[in-house]
Amino acid sequence: MEIRRGIPVSPGIVVRQAFVLDSEDYRIPRRFVADREIEGEIERFRQAVKAAEAELIGLKKEVLHKTGTEVVPIFEAHLRMLLDGHMHEEVTGQIRDNGFTAEFAVSRVFRKYSKSMKAVRDAFFSERVVDLFDIQKRLQRTLLGKQREDLSHLTEEVVLVAHNLTPSQMATLDRKKVLGIALDAGGRTSHTAIVARALGIPTVVGLETISIDVSGGQIVAIDGNRGIVVVEPDESALDGYRNAESKYRDFSRSLIKYRRLSAKTTDGVRIRLLANVEFPWEIKNAVENGASGIGLYRTEFLYAEDPRKLDEETHYETYKKALEAVAGEELVIRTMDIGADKLLGADSLDHVPESNPFLGCRSIRLCLEDPDMFKVQLRAILRASALGDNLRLMFPMISSLEELRQAKLVLADAREELDKKGIPYNRNLKVGVMIETPSAALIADLLAPEVDFFSIGTNDLIQYALAVDRGNERVASLYKATHPAVLRLINTVVRAGQKAGVDVAMCGEMSGDIAFTILLVGLGLKNLSTAPTAIPEIKQVIRSIDTKDAKRIARRAMKFQTSEEAAEYLMEKTRKILPEVF
Amino acid sequence: MEIVKQLKLENEEGLHARPAVKLVDTANRFECDVTIEADGREVNGKSMMSVLTLAAAKGTVLNFITRGADAREAMDAIEALIVSKFGEE
Repeated sequence: MEIRRGIPVSPGIVVRQAFVLDSEDYRIPRRFVADREIEGEIERFRQAVKAAEAELIGLKKEVLHKTGTEVVPIFEAHLRMLLDGHMHEEVTGQIRDNGFTAEFAVSRVFRKYSKSMKAVRDAFFSERVVDLFDIQKRLQRTLLGKQREDLSHLTEEVVLVAHNLTPSQMATLDRKKVLGIALDAGGRTSHTAIVARALGIPTVVGLETISIDVSGGQIVAIDGNRGIVVVEPDESALDGYRNAESKYRDFSRSLIKYRRLSAKTTDGVRIRLLANVEFPWEIKNAVENGASGIGLYRTEFLYAEDPRKLDEETHYETYKKALEAVAGEELVIRTMDIGADKLLGADSLDHVPESNPFLGCRSIRLCLEDPDMFKVQLRAILRASALGDNLRLMFPMISSLEELRQAKLVLADAREELDKKGIPYNRNLKVGVMIETPSAALIADLLAPEVDFFSIGTNDLIQYALAVDRGNERVASLYKATHPAVLRLINTVVRAGQKAGVDVAMCGEMSGDIAFTILLVGLGLKNLSTAPTAIPEIKQVIRSIDTKDAKRIARRAMKFQTSEEAAEYLMEKTRKILPEVF
Repeated sequence: MEIVKQLKLENEEGLHARPAVKLVDTANRFECDVTIEADGREVNGKSMMSVLTLAAAKGTVLNFITRGADAREAMDAIEALIVSKFGEE
């Protein structure tokens, strides 16, 4: 049994066998063979070594021919590793003694070697792990033959263990078969995390080496509430987790009853719970989970194809459909929020890579650089606004008053163009800004008179305030929502909004984490926009608290000197309300 | 027969891929067991994978143990290889 701690990004508990995707995305389908098959299995391994040897010798000749003698020693070393008698003994021993399949035995033995190589401090030696993987791949390719399977053809329920998952892998995975996810990479706000929450799959990320340490077929428990992954749990732990899994399932089902109940505190203060969505199909899911509208509709997915071909009609049709789906509830559309690399395509001729893209020309800055492109989206949003006054528009990444004014100027231009053509739109369209830079938070009082609402985007706000790249696993642990600096920035925005009579919402990941619900209500936030699946839980917390208590707790939380103390304190207070989750 | 000898790696690369290949090849020419010990860890000197996990850099002192009928010849060959800095420098 091995216990690993990572970052919990999507709640829930599950115990299943692991499906490990390695860097080449193959997996070991079967772990054991019958006794009578053992000799055949050993023979398969020998044949695989022979085939790999032939491949390597062929490669060596080819390389010698192409590049001269320089690279040959690498292949010499690979050959020695492949033909290592000691390794062969270990593999055949595992097959003979444990009845493992050749694939599984190879994977076990190579993991052992790669672990001890990785432990080495000398970079040259620890990088030899790459050679090991290379040899292992050669062997597995032969052993697995046509059996290599991918994510879309799972036959049994599994937890997925991988280094990282691409958005397209996330999009195609089978929700009925993938019941949990554990990843080496990532942080709370990585794309994978956001999608996992949207799909409601218990997920722990930032586990650094889990994809190397776990072999396919091993039993793995994932606790997406606490960020714990247990590899091969012992009997009592296994019982505990199976029990917790069914309890949590019951708990999730019990939350469904909260759908129709309102999100009111015990003293009758109504908090509006909205949903963050990326894809149009999520809106239905959000409404089913009891969202009273969409607090953040990300429009970036529209730009995933070729942005130059993205026309006003495509925008308009998408927004129109979204409006139909929310059925009269609020819908906040955020204008395009991507970096220059995504818009131009990284291999485009116009694309000059920025040395610091998060501080570069992204989001609203990119839009203001190309007002004609920006106006395509703005005209479409304006046109959609004629269909219902529940639609709102929001500018991301505003960092100064000038920028806000400039954005509003482009919007005024777009209105004028529609006026000229006599195309209708809602003249009272509410326009807000996302507060996601520390500068915007600190000048919220100056921005307030010129907007209808604020929405605090905590992901970027925390990243910029703490100078931490949330996607970088080496510093992800420094990303702390309860850092006193973050709490002060949030408090500043809420106070500025209250003073100016401007609605303040929060749409970052922080608003979807039940550990912060009491704090946020206590600070005076009345609109929380979260991942759809988080809504029932948040609602349950809200229905259990009194705003006077929440205020007291928030005041106390603001006084801690370190993020750990504040986090610990808030966790403690939440645990009292929702013991099932912690 | 068992022979034990302490040898220091004086070549620039230590036991990187190229010298490791030569060492493992030399060890495999003999019947006897070849064990390398460093920092309290023992590995099979005929196993490329194990030798690489030693991560022995320049200046590392290694204990070589040869056991078997041709232990003497094996140790002589290994010593000659290491003293000659793997014939590369």
